[in-house]
Amino acid sequence: MHELINDVFIKHFGNEILNEQTDSAILSVGSSEISFTTDSFVIDPLFFPGGNIGKLAVCGTVNDIAVSGAEPLYLSVSFIIEEGFPFNDLEVIVESLASEAMNAGVLIVTGDTKVVNKGKCDKLFINTAGIGRLKMENRYISKALNLQEGDIIIINGNIGDHGMAVMNARESFNFKTPVESDCASLNHLIKKILDRYPVKFMRDPTRGGVATVMNELASKTKLGIELTESDLPVSNGVKAMCEILGFDPLHIANEGKVLIVAAEKEGLKILDLLKNDILGKKSAVIGRVVNEHPGKVVLRNETGGRRIVDSLTGDQLPRIC
Amino acid sequence: MEFVDEYRNKDLILSFAEKLREVSKKEIILMEVCGGHTMAIHRFGLTSLLPSNIRLISGPGCPVCVSSQHFIDMAMAYSKIPETIITTYGDLIRVPGSSTSLEKERAAGSDIRIVYSALESLEIARVNPDKNIIFLGIGFETTAPATAATIIQAKKRKISNFFVLSAHKVMPPVMKALVEDGVRINGFIAPGHVTAITGTDIYNELASDYGLGVVVSGFEPADLMQAVLMLAVQMESGKPKVEIQYQRVVNNKGNIIARQLLNEVFVHRDDNWRGLGMIPESGLKIREDFSSFDAEKHFIVRIPESIEPKGCICGQILRGLKTPEDCHLFGKRCSPSDPAGACMVSGEGTCATYYKYRS
Repeated sequence: MHELINDVFIKHFGNEILNEQTDSAILSVGSSEISFTTDSFVIDPLFFPGGNIGKLAVCGTVNDIAVSGAEPLYLSVSFIIEEGFPFNDLEVIVESLASEAMNAGVLIVTGDTKVVNKGKCDKLFINTAGIGRLKMENRYISKALNLQEGDIIIINGNIGDHGMAVMNARESFNFKTPVESDCASLNHLIKKILDRYPVKFMRDPTRGGVATVMNELASKTKLGIELTESDLPVSNGVKAMCEILGFDPLHIANEGKVLIVAAEKEGLKILDLLKNDILGKKSAVIGRVVNEHPGKVVLRNETGGRRIVDSLTGDQLPRIC
Repeated sequence: MEFVDEYRNKDLILSFAEKLREVSKKEIILMEVCGGHTMAIHRFGLTSLLPSNIRLISGPGCPVCVSSQHFIDMAMAYSKIPETIITTYGDLIRVPGSSTSLEKERAAGSDIRIVYSALESLEIARVNPDKNIIFLGIGFETTAPATAATIIQAKKRKISNFFVLSAHKVMPPVMKALVEDGVRINGFIAPGHVTAITGTDIYNELASDYGLGVVVSGFEPADLMQAVLMLAVQMESGKPKVEIQYQRVVNNKGNIIARQLLNEVFVHRDDNWRGLGMIPESGLKIREDFSSFDAEKHFIVRIPESIEPKGCICGQILRGLKTPEDCHLFGKRCSPSDPAGACMVSGEGTCATYYKYRS
């Protein structure tokens, strides 16, 4: 994917805003700063434990804006519908999309609908785009400029829930597990933090999981990142599924999680705040920024083992034995 | 998590390490046969806990890695037959053949599906009656009984569009071949799940005739540390024997029903192992009684001569003679995102493990 983005899209579209390759573009319009982003949702299955494609289409875009430090305000929604798609299913999806937009406090202000011939798309695709207002003092957050040794890395709860819930719903192995997608809009939670404490960097670990965000951060800042295995919050259900399939929870997608980097003193206060919010009960400090192994992410385990955590390449594949 | 955390208990692991430092004085080299063992040893950093007189080397127990290039090329040729669905276990699809991989063929339009159990292929066959389903049977005594059970089911249910391309292999001949080939080791950390099927008799000759210690080990860090300790005690006493560390899963007799299934469906044949060459009686071929499910008997394909990647030393690595760091492709031309050799493809491959856990 990285090569595709760089060799095709950046090559032809490249400009100083796009080249930053942040989740949201930061734009100056008159005297204001706005955050602008778009995302397409092609998830299979459309309905999964903890949500559906409609809820996801709001959370995904809202979170991309919120982690850039901005307050999301308006969304567009476009539907590409395969001919013959059940009307009732569409209505359920649209209802949950509307209700999640209300939760997040964003207005859906424009949209588009296309119906395509059978086989020309897989049931239903949704694209959302969104804009948010960015305060000047939060402009630097997506750029990760001020990181230094000793900064701590916080996550607001269990990792891997979304990816494993969707996989369990899609594949045929039917694990009996209460694992549900963590799909949630994080903008109110993030606003609470930014109103009180300085944050050095934020990102939502969606596709590619925590490992991919941490690797991007390490390579961008030329600093090292050290994670501690025993501090990673992972539910027993996700742990068990990962053990069986040979997956690494660090590579699994989340849809209601934010990784926050802050100086230790403020970070610990942020941790307290998170733990008192419904969306952050299981928050934890999972690692820190170090000067060793610049550009690399290393995971330490309790018995002294160290391993390099790579970005996810392609899909995770189950191991044979 | 129950049944996992107990065996990852730091105090327990460190107590085995301490005991090892006390009892182990001789210089010894042990081979962990199974890819799952290699993975766990590196994931949990166990080599750093061992005294310096004990060296571990990795063996040929990753089924994906030892599948020959010819087998991959054959699977690729089958995938191009019209109206065919290939089903396979996950990590095989990235293994490079002579010119392409199943993953690339899938992107080019071949219908190649990942299954989690051989039986899933039967369901795919049932809902696609106008297509031929070819399951790529790989793995050792661990996965082969499931393939056998699937073939028996297919016969019972009279499913006529299901076939197996068997590259199943068995462990004892390769372990013996390695020793006869001159790999200098003092003992084997023997594969836990293979032995759960075979029982321990298959190792007796290694202890009695070749003077090697054999301890069947589980896959958690405490299991492996205990297995190394048991081997070290054997070495110090000068009495090599066959022992089971993984007693919660393995017993002397093994799984008799699984072995009956294997014998009913498969017969041994000489087989080609990547990097190790032809090893007598080390592969499993589908018996004549079940030949209507044997893909090799049904489809004629032209397979180009296999070309091994230049400079790749997978063969020597699988024999435990070299480590990935000795290979000049390692980490440069060959990485998990663009593997040259098979040992880099599977999560259990020695090269992939070294790559992931290098620090």
